[in-house]
Amino acid sequence: MNTSLRKLLVLAFALAAGTNLAFGQWRAGDRLPDPAAFGLAGRLPNLSGQVVLVDFWASWCAPCKASFPALDDLQKKYAPRGFTVLAVSVDDDAGDMARFLETHPVSFPAAHDAGQKYVAAAGVEAMPSSFLVDRAGTIRFVHVGFHPESTPAELAGEIESLLGAEAAP
Amino acid sequence: MTRAASMSAVLVVLLGLAAGCANVKPYQRGTLADYTMRADRDPLADSLHEHVYFTREAAAGGRGVGGGGCGCN
Repeated sequence: MNTSLRKLLVLAFALAAGTNLAFGQWRAGDRLPDPAAFGLAGRLPNLSGQVVLVDFWASWCAPCKASFPALDDLQKKYAPRGFTVLAVSVDDDAGDMARFLETHPVSFPAAHDAGQKYVAAAGVEAMPSSFLVDRAGTIRFVHVGFHPESTPAELAGEIESLLGAEAAP
Repeated sequence: MTRAASMSAVLVVLLGLAAGCANVKPYQRGTLADYTMRADRDPLADSLHEHVYFTREAAAGGRGVGGGGCGCN
């Protein structure tokens, strides 16, 4: 095989592999991209100056369903101190999300990521995934999946630590 | 056909195969998570299939059910 053909072969496979490996999750320390810029449908709360848990979920995702009561408890407990959950549904059909919320009512706001653009930007590696954001809009903690025995307590501790911090100027 | 042309043909085929590998992202698995995708969604059909299987294979109990493996039930 001549050298140019070998180079072409390597390039072709790098490109082919690259299309499947274009995965980049938001990390602690990143700024949270403004959800309003991604065309989410639904009631978006005012996130400015709030500690926010952005939770990506879907009606077909059993662990997401299991996480909702815990997230609702956190919302009820910490909302008066400046915390909110923003539940972003990645369902293909907004009707699936609406039906789920009718049967599993929660006190936190939910929005629909119709084009899955926001979740694609987040690059989530599992469902559900959640990103805890401080008052200045910086992602501070990332949770992949939901583990009933540990995640709620971890979230509570992290929320407490962020609520205790000074509001950003 | 020259060597370069044959290698190019191989390259095109391999590239087509490589590009055909789709990565279904976690948030795109709604269809896969549908109830109709479950292999065990129909208990009656399961028991019938199981009966045919262990009778044909003479392997009663081969899937974790108690039995001697005589295939006589």
